[in-house]
Amino acid sequence: MTVLTFTLIMLAAAYVAGLLGSLTGLGGGVVLIPLLTLVFHVDMRYAIGSALLASIANSSGAASAYIKEGITNIRLGMFLEIATTIGAVCGAVIAVFTPTNTIAILLGVVLLFSAAMTLRRKNEQALQQGSRLSHLLKLNNSYPTKDGIVHYELKNVAGGFGMMLVAGVLSGLLGIGSGALKVLAMDSTMRIPFKVSTTTSNFMIGVTAAASAVVYLQRGYIVPDIAFPVVLGVLGGAFTGARLLKVINASTLRYIFCAAIAFIALEMMYNGLHHKF
Amino acid sequence: MSFIKKLVDRDVEVLVGKMLRYGVFTASGIVLAGGIFYLIQMGSALVPNYQHFHSEGKEFTTFSGILKGAATFSSTEVIQLGVMVLLATPILRIVMSLGAFALEKDKLYVGITALVLAVILFSMFGGLKV
Repeated sequence: MTVLTFTLIMLAAAYVAGLLGSLTGLGGGVVLIPLLTLVFHVDMRYAIGSALLASIANSSGAASAYIKEGITNIRLGMFLEIATTIGAVCGAVIAVFTPTNTIAILLGVVLLFSAAMTLRRKNEQALQQGSRLSHLLKLNNSYPTKDGIVHYELKNVAGGFGMMLVAGVLSGLLGIGSGALKVLAMDSTMRIPFKVSTTTSNFMIGVTAAASAVVYLQRGYIVPDIAFPVVLGVLGGAFTGARLLKVINASTLRYIFCAAIAFIALEMMYNGLHHKF
Repeated sequence: MSFIKKLVDRDVEVLVGKMLRYGVFTASGIVLAGGIFYLIQMGSALVPNYQHFHSEGKEFTTFSGILKGAATFSSTEVIQLGVMVLLATPILRIVMSLGAFALEKDKLYVGITALVLAVILFSMFGGLKV
């Protein structure tokens, strides 16, 4: 295959990954790794390196819009980034000692979990009485809704912080944003309204991914031939996805995509168990 | 929090948001430019083997290597330079937040932000590449 053909096919694939990631809210990396490894038989390590790039591009691009709307809780994001970056660095270190087949199986598990998470009931309720720690750390805030400004407080800071450590490790090990786990930590454990959880999670993904991506760049996991189509394709796909979300009702689509992603997850696990990577 | 302080807070947030967007735009612009050059030079060559991992040379994996290559307009290093700008974008965001919290005299968050920055710097220079 010539470089030109390879680049064009990768560009189209990355575009689809970005589009799917943005429509399901799972992010570009989650779809990109199975696509690169299962369809193009690219080595897992190159797939992880480029998926991290996709996560950073997605997160940084979308975060600016959410910050403008004033939904993102920047102090909360900053505080929890202590946990996710430490976790990500640990994940990048563990990755060296983890066989790629094990990574594939783990990725399948996380994919299944993420797909299931998008079907779950969301926390829309704003908690009025937060814990002592939430006050001490100035984590309580407010956000605009169509019914006006809603003030919310949060609880179980330590529990949320612990889950963020795990999310960080998975992000560094698997090269994904692990947005689903971040949202779960904020929305179910800390009782933060869903909209704030998703935007703050998205805000944190860029920094979390950067913490392990700088290690992977030095290890040679990020190569220009793959980075070029992946960065541009995923960004284009995510951009289209964001536009589409405004005009179409994505809930039915989301179910279809989640089923597709569950199928991909099983495929990853199957191949991992049979040492195909 | 006073009204004025809240206003300053919002300004910084909006600035951080803009920085993130410009960072991604700049990075993708550089990647696109390098990529087009790369395709013109190498488009008809065969794809290197990516089915098996092999370690990359210094020109793609070190800061100085990438800069040196990009300075001579070598297309692959220009792409890597774009990648570096992309990686730098969220890190720069932390630096900006650090400045913002310092302006607000929020010592707790200056500490928290500095800690996150320290973790990132450690991952860059801590010799973790193995």
